[in-house]
Amino acid sequence: MASIKALCKEPELFSCGHRACAGCGEALGVRQVLLAAQKPVVVVIPTGCMEIVSTLYPHTAWQVPVFHNAFENAAATLSGVEAAYKTFKRKGEITKDINFIAFGGDGGTYDIGFQALSGAVERGHRMLYVCTDNEAYMNTGVQRSSATPLGAHTTTSPAGDKVPGKVQWRKDIVEIMIAHDIPYAAQAAIHNWSDLANKVQKALSVNGPSFINLLVPCPLGWMYPSDKTVEQSKLAVDNCFWPLYECENGVYKVNYDPKDKKTPVVEWLKTQDRFRHLFKPGNEHLIEAFQREVDRRWQKLLGKVPKSA
Amino acid sequence: MIVAKTGNEAMAYAMKQVNPDVVAAYPITPSTEIVQIFSGYAADGLVDTEYVAVESEHSAMSACIGASAAGARAMTATASQGLALMHEMLHIASGLRLPIVLCLASRSLSSPLNIHCDHSDSVASRDCGWIQIFSESSQEGYDSVVQAVKIAETAFLPVMVAIDGFILSHCMDRIEVLEDKQVQDFVGKLKPNFSLLDVDHPITVSPACLPDSYFEHKRAQAQGMNDVLPVIEKVSADFGRKFGRHWKTIEGYRTDDAEAVIVCMGSAVGTTRIAVDELRKQGKKVGMFKLRIFRPLIADVFKKELSRFKVVGVLDRVEGVSGYVTPLTTELRAALYDQPVKPMVPSYVYGLGGREFEPEDAVKVLEELLGFAKAGKARDEVAYVGVR
Repeated sequence: MASIKALCKEPELFSCGHRACAGCGEALGVRQVLLAAQKPVVVVIPTGCMEIVSTLYPHTAWQVPVFHNAFENAAATLSGVEAAYKTFKRKGEITKDINFIAFGGDGGTYDIGFQALSGAVERGHRMLYVCTDNEAYMNTGVQRSSATPLGAHTTTSPAGDKVPGKVQWRKDIVEIMIAHDIPYAAQAAIHNWSDLANKVQKALSVNGPSFINLLVPCPLGWMYPSDKTVEQSKLAVDNCFWPLYECENGVYKVNYDPKDKKTPVVEWLKTQDRFRHLFKPGNEHLIEAFQREVDRRWQKLLGKVPKSA
Repeated sequence: MIVAKTGNEAMAYAMKQVNPDVVAAYPITPSTEIVQIFSGYAADGLVDTEYVAVESEHSAMSACIGASAAGARAMTATASQGLALMHEMLHIASGLRLPIVLCLASRSLSSPLNIHCDHSDSVASRDCGWIQIFSESSQEGYDSVVQAVKIAETAFLPVMVAIDGFILSHCMDRIEVLEDKQVQDFVGKLKPNFSLLDVDHPITVSPACLPDSYFEHKRAQAQGMNDVLPVIEKVSADFGRKFGRHWKTIEGYRTDDAEAVIVCMGSAVGTTRIAVDELRKQGKKVGMFKLRIFRPLIADVFKKELSRFKVVGVLDRVEGVSGYVTPLTTELRAALYDQPVKPMVPSYVYGLGGREFEPEDAVKVLEELLGFAKAGKARDEVAYVGVR
């Protein structure tokens, strides 16, 4: 169990001075994951916000080896790094134990990088893949991804006179990873550092691939004030839009159940301007549909948890 | 040791003897066997390699790049659409100066789909910053793979070694293979410039570079390619001295007094040699240059070797679809342009999608070239050899 005292004593592996926006959830997420990772780590990042804000030549925010290759191939790239490590270990040329972590945004994970991720997980490379999910392609200026929720306005799912933002629900990437029979998959959020740290440590302890889907609110893309990132994360968990759960060797566990404190999604939606159009008269049914889908998915998840747990 | 092997078998055997740290590959006709045979070596424990059976060629090159950035000797094999799918990553491999070696069984590109030989895959990759070595025979392909490792790891540039799909990849031939130890001694141990696995000295690899630094990185990369020909020549010469097989950057055949010569690459070299001999028997002064190194573009060598001829016909196994002449013709003409006396350089396309190229075809081209030499005028537009 991670304690905040212990985490505070860990060296900062993602240093200050990076160029992320004020209130960037992704920067918080990367920092927390690295604080929780205990062995030496080697990191791969795809093209995206994180690469741009943390590696701008000749500066770097990374105190660990980090490799940016391309957009769609973080998992494949890390496969190669891990394969090299295995050979060197076998030959005795490396003796240290090293953890391998990829941080990919939802674009690099759900969409363009999905094939490479699926392949790497199927092959069983020992790596933790963290999806820093901010629900759109933020680096290129907020375009829809398959992680963008229903109704959200993005620049490629704009709220227009005829179409009210994105018309599809989001892809359930964690379920897809679980369907790979991955040893460990989890969903986490940046406001709950303790839960996240535990999940990182569990994920890194499995002998094979692991996956954490981490909600990282984005003030720019979600259109909320930049001092509200942590609050945004908490709201999304409290209304069960973003359940905190894990699946260890096929066994589901919900890490946080708000029970009677479960809040209506409308309270969360109204704090973000990407959903502003949903509050126009005549669009009430869209908010109702959003709530129904959140409830349906939450119940579905609860149904997967063993009764004894 | 003399053995009977196909081109694919020979290349896979060379890879085994190199014993790379990581091979990440995806099967595609006609290079599938290279991947298949090598995975067998890995399964039998005959190599120390971690074999990564990736889910696409894009991931194959991505994993090779990851492995190479981790300080490993990384290799792969592919063809055609596979190389096209890798295209993005080919640029990154060279931009990072990673000494990856790729075995290519040359095949046409779709559409229409065709699994047979031409050079459209490698030629389409000519601006990716990779050294490209074309092989006349499977023996040369085998030898070139061994040399490629040394070249790549000396110059820190990736190298692709091409054999003609099916024509060489699937044809059994007499191959002289080296002993494992000879190969190991020749390639030596990789001394990487950096490793991601050096966790005590963490570095950031492949960062974002803005207009204030990107240009300098590309300029430095260009210098790497500008300087690489002596490395290739030295490695080839060392190989020749040690093992008695000499493969030259460009090799003339019966060119001394020739009035017309062909320049070509790959298996067409052997075919054209027969045609040259036929015509020489008839007293016709024709010759041929075999081009082994397609990248770097050896412009100075072209100037030195080719300027003195009246006519140099270029045989290209790729169209290029530029609206002008073929890729190699363009490059030859450009290289020779500033020479005070320069040949006519007519352009020929042959053998697309595996269309047979027979000695009679080469004879026809050579006879036409002699006609151009006599007339003092050649055709400007491309001629298609053997098209119906």
